[in-house]
Amino acid sequence: MLNRSIAACFAVASFVVSPVQASEVEVLHWWTSGGEAKSVASLKASLDKRGVAWKDFAVAGGGGENAMTVLKSRAVSGNPPTAAQIKGPDIQEWGELGFLASIDDVAKKNNWDGVLPGVVSDVMKYKGKYVAAPVNVHRVNWLWANPEVFRKAGASIPTTWADFMVQAKKIQDAGYIALAHGGQAWQDNTVFEAVVLGVGGAEYYQKAFVDLDMTALNSSTTDEVFKVFGELRQFIDANAPGRDWNVATSMVINGEAAMQIMGDWAKGEFAVAGKNAGTDFVCVAAPGTSDGFTFNVDSFAFFSQKDINKQNAQKAMAEEILGTNFQEVFNLNKGSIPARLGMARTKFDSCAHDSMNAFVSTAQSGGLVPSFAHGMAVPGAVAGAITDVATNYFNSKTSPAEGKAQLVAAIQAAM
Amino acid sequence: MTLGRLAIYALLVVFAAVYLMPLYVMVMTSLKDIEEIRQGNLLALPESPTLFAWIKAWGSACTGSECEGLAPFFFNSIRIVVPAVLISTFIGALNGYVLAKWKFRGSELLFGALLFGCFIPFQVILLPMARLLATLGLANTVTGLVLVHVIYGIAFTTLFFRNFYVSVPNELVKAAQLDGASFFQIFRHIFLPISVPIFTVTIIWQFTQIWNDFLFGVVYSGPGTQPITVALNNLVNTSVGGKEYNVDMAAALIAALPTLVVYVLAGKYFVRGLTAGAVKG
Amino acid sequence: MWLPKIILAPTTVAMVVCMYGFILWTGALSFTKSRMLPQWDFVGFLQYDKLFANPRWDVALSNLVVFGILFICISLVIGLALAIFLDQKIKAEGLIRTIYLYPMAVSFVVTGTAWKWILNPGLGIEKLVRDFGFTDFEFRWLVDQEMAIYTIVIAAVWQSSGFVMAMFLAGLRGVDDSLVKAAKIDGASAWQSYWYVILPILRPVFFSAVVILSHIAIKSFDLVQALTGGGPGYASDLPANFMYTFAFNRAQMGIGAASAMIMLFGVLAILVPYLYSELRGSNRG
Repeated sequence: MLNRSIAACFAVASFVVSPVQASEVEVLHWWTSGGEAKSVASLKASLDKRGVAWKDFAVAGGGGENAMTVLKSRAVSGNPPTAAQIKGPDIQEWGELGFLASIDDVAKKNNWDGVLPGVVSDVMKYKGKYVAAPVNVHRVNWLWANPEVFRKAGASIPTTWADFMVQAKKIQDAGYIALAHGGQAWQDNTVFEAVVLGVGGAEYYQKAFVDLDMTALNSSTTDEVFKVFGELRQFIDANAPGRDWNVATSMVINGEAAMQIMGDWAKGEFAVAGKNAGTDFVCVAAPGTSDGFTFNVDSFAFFSQKDINKQNAQKAMAEEILGTNFQEVFNLNKGSIPARLGMARTKFDSCAHDSMNAFVSTAQSGGLVPSFAHGMAVPGAVAGAITDVATNYFNSKTSPAEGKAQLVAAIQAAM
Repeated sequence: MTLGRLAIYALLVVFAAVYLMPLYVMVMTSLKDIEEIRQGNLLALPESPTLFAWIKAWGSACTGSECEGLAPFFFNSIRIVVPAVLISTFIGALNGYVLAKWKFRGSELLFGALLFGCFIPFQVILLPMARLLATLGLANTVTGLVLVHVIYGIAFTTLFFRNFYVSVPNELVKAAQLDGASFFQIFRHIFLPISVPIFTVTIIWQFTQIWNDFLFGVVYSGPGTQPITVALNNLVNTSVGGKEYNVDMAAALIAALPTLVVYVLAGKYFVRGLTAGAVKG
Repeated sequence: MWLPKIILAPTTVAMVVCMYGFILWTGALSFTKSRMLPQWDFVGFLQYDKLFANPRWDVALSNLVVFGILFICISLVIGLALAIFLDQKIKAEGLIRTIYLYPMAVSFVVTGTAWKWILNPGLGIEKLVRDFGFTDFEFRWLVDQEMAIYTIVIAAVWQSSGFVMAMFLAGLRGVDDSLVKAAKIDGASAWQSYWYVILPILRPVFFSAVVILSHIAIKSFDLVQALTGGGPGYASDLPANFMYTFAFNRAQMGIGAASAMIMLFGVLAILVPYLYSELRGSNRG
C-alpha cells in the first residue's frame, strides 16, 4: 500500500515536472568567465521565463579549440547538443555533413532578412535557410593607443603603415615599447591581418585571403605586406612570445607601451582598469584601414533534433538571441556591437559608435571583409595554414620573398 | 660533519628549493590582491594576505553560465575517480597475478602487447571511443567515463602487479596447490595479504592520473557531470578583459589539493611500495 | 587450467578493441580524405605526402627527438643522483623526498601559468637574478625560437625526475647490504661500488623508468599547451599537439591520423626492440 502511494507520488511528480524538462536546450559554448558568462546567464534567464530549461555545457580554451573537439565526438556518437557556438565557414561544413536544423520559420516571422546585414545573414544560412543565429559583430582592425605616451614621445597616432614606422621609431627612441604584443599564433595573425588590409586594401584582401585567388596572392602586393609585417618585429619587446593579449593591453594602460593592435574585446580590459575612451585611451582603425572593417561574428548553430519539444525550444532560443534585449546586454559586456541593425545606441560608448558607423559605411563601400585570423573567411584548414606561416614568419628572420613563397605553398596544400 | 656530507646536504636543499618554486609562486599569488600582482614581483610575500581568491574560486567564480565556483565539480570528480581507481586497480591485481604465476602460451605476448598498446596517443582514440560508448548507450555518462579510465589504466596497473607478484617464490604457489588450494584461494590467502604496498603504489598512481585527466573528462562527461579539471579550465580561460590571476591560482591549487595531500600523506608508503618490488623487472 | 584465461579475457577484449582496433581505425582513416569528421573516401598516401610536405611537422618531429632524448636522460641522471644522495642516511629524508615527489601529483593545467611566469624573462628567473645585482644575466629561452623546446624539457624534468628518484631510491633500498660490504672488503671505493656493484643490480629499475618516461615523453601535450602554446611561432610544437590541432581544429583529420600513425611507428621502431630484449632478459634471470 505504502509502496503504491509512493509510486503514485512519483508519477504525479514526474507528470508535473515533465513539460518543463522536455523543453530544454543543451548549449555548448566557450564563454565561461567574467562579462561573457554573465551575458550567457542573461540569455538563460530569458529562456527560463519562456519555460525553456538551459543545460549548460561550457568548454573553454584556445578560442573554442576544446569545444570543437567535444562537439565532434558528440556528433560522431550521434548525440550532438541542441545548439553550439560555431562560426563562419564552419557553419557551412556542418551543414554539408547534414547536422544542422533549419530555423527559417523563426527568421521569417521575425524578419531576420530585414534586420541583419547581408554579410552576416549569408554566414548564418545553409542553402538559403537560416541554421544559425548571430549574437554580435566584432571589429578586429582596431589600434588601441595611450595618448599620454604619444605626447611624451612627441609622436602622433599613425594612419598609414608608412607613418606607423616613423612614429613607432620616435616612441622607441623616447624609451617606450612602441607596439604591445602578445606572441601567440592567433595574435601574430591578427596583426598580420591588419597589415594585409592596411597595405593591400579591401579589394586585395578579398581576392587573396577570402577568394584565395592565386594571382592576387602571387602579386607584388604580397611582398609589400610581408615587408611591412617584418618591419614590425623591431617595435615589439623581446618578451612578447607567449604573452596573453590582456597582458599586452595592460602595458598600454599603464604607459609601458604606446599601441596595441587587437579586436574590440580589448575595450573590456580598459574598462576594468577604470579608463575612459577618448581621454585615457584612444581607439582608431589600424593604420590604413579606416575605410575597412574586418568582422568577426559569433553565432550559435542549431543541430537537428527528433523531439518536437526540443525543436520548439531551439526556436525559442533563436528568437531570444536576436531579441534586442539580449543583443544589447551581451554586446555591452563583450565590447562588440549588435548583429542586428537599427538598435538604440545610447548605452554604447564612443568606440562602439565608431564601430557601428564603420559597419554601415563599409558595407556600402565594399570595405567590409571577413576576418581570416578569426575563422570567418576561409575553411579551417586554410585558416590554419595562414596562421602557421604568419606566426612562423613573425617569430623568425624569414625574408619577405620566402614568406610569400611559404604562404602560397601552404594555402595550396591546404585547399 | 664532513665536507662531503655538507655538499650533499647543500645540493639536496638547492634542488628542493627549485622543486618548490612553482608551488611557492602559486600560493603567494593566490594570497595577493590583483593590484599587487600587477606590480609583478613574483617571489615577494603578499603585503596583506587575503583568502578572498580562495573563497571565490571555491564558491562563486564563474565556470559557464553558472557561477558556483569549483565546489560542485569537486564532487563530480570524486564520483568519477573513486570507482575508476578501485576497478582498474582490482582488475590489475588479478591480471598481474595471472601474468606472474599462471603463465600460459601467449600470456607473455599479451603482456607485451598491453604495454605497447598504452603508447597510443589518447587524442587518437577520442572519436572511435565516442562511437563505441554511444553503441553501448553510455555516451556522456559517468559510467562511460569511468569505463574509459579503467580501460586505459589497466596496462599500468597490470604492469605494477605483475612485477610485484613475480618476486613471490613459485614454490609457495606449488605448495599451496598441493594442499588443494584453488586459484582464488591462493590469491586470497597468499597474495592479497602481502599486497598492501603495491596496492598503495597503484592506487596513488591511478588516483593521480585520473584526477588530473582533462582530455577524457571534457569529451566524455555530460553537462552537470564535468570533472574539476574541466571546470578549472573554464575558470581560467577568458576571452574578455579582467583576468583574475589570484583566483586562477587559488582554483588551480584547489584542483590539485587532493593529489597533493595524497602524495604528502602517503608518499612514504609510495616509496616503500616501490621498494617492495614494483620496480623489479 | 582455464580460469587464468577467463580472468584475462576482459582485458584482452578491451585491449584488442580499444587499443589495437582503434589503431587500425586510425590507420584506415589516414588513407581517407577525411576533413571535419571521418569520411571513408580513400585517397592512398595523399595525407602522408601532405604531412611530410608540412614544415610544421618537421619541427614537431625533430622536437620530439630532442625533447625525448634529453627528457629521458636528464630525468634518469637527476633521479638517480638524488636517490643516491638521499640514501646517505639524510636527516629529514621524508620531507625532502615529498618535495621532490609532489610535482608528479599536479598536472600542467595547474602549474602551467606559474611556469610561464617563472621562465618569462620580464617576470621570472631573469628578473630575479638581475634584481640581485647581476644586471647582465640572461635567461630567455622561453621567448627564443631556437631554445623554447629546452624550456619544455626543464618543466618536464621537474615533473618526472622526482618520481624516477623514488623508483631508484626504492631500488637502492632493495639492494642486499652484504654485496656492498663485500665490495668494500675487496677495497672498492664508494664510487666503484656504486658503478660496478649497485648499478647493475638496478637494471630492472632503469627498464621500468625508461618505459614510464618514454610513455610520458610521447604523450606530452598539456605541457606544451600550457607553457608555450607551441610558440614562439610553432617552434616548440610536439607531435601530439600537431595531431590534435590538425585533427580537431583545422578540419584536416586525415593528416592528423597520418601523423598519429607515424608517431606509433616511431614508438614501435625504438621501443619494441628494447621491450623485447629486456623482457627476455628478465625471464632468463
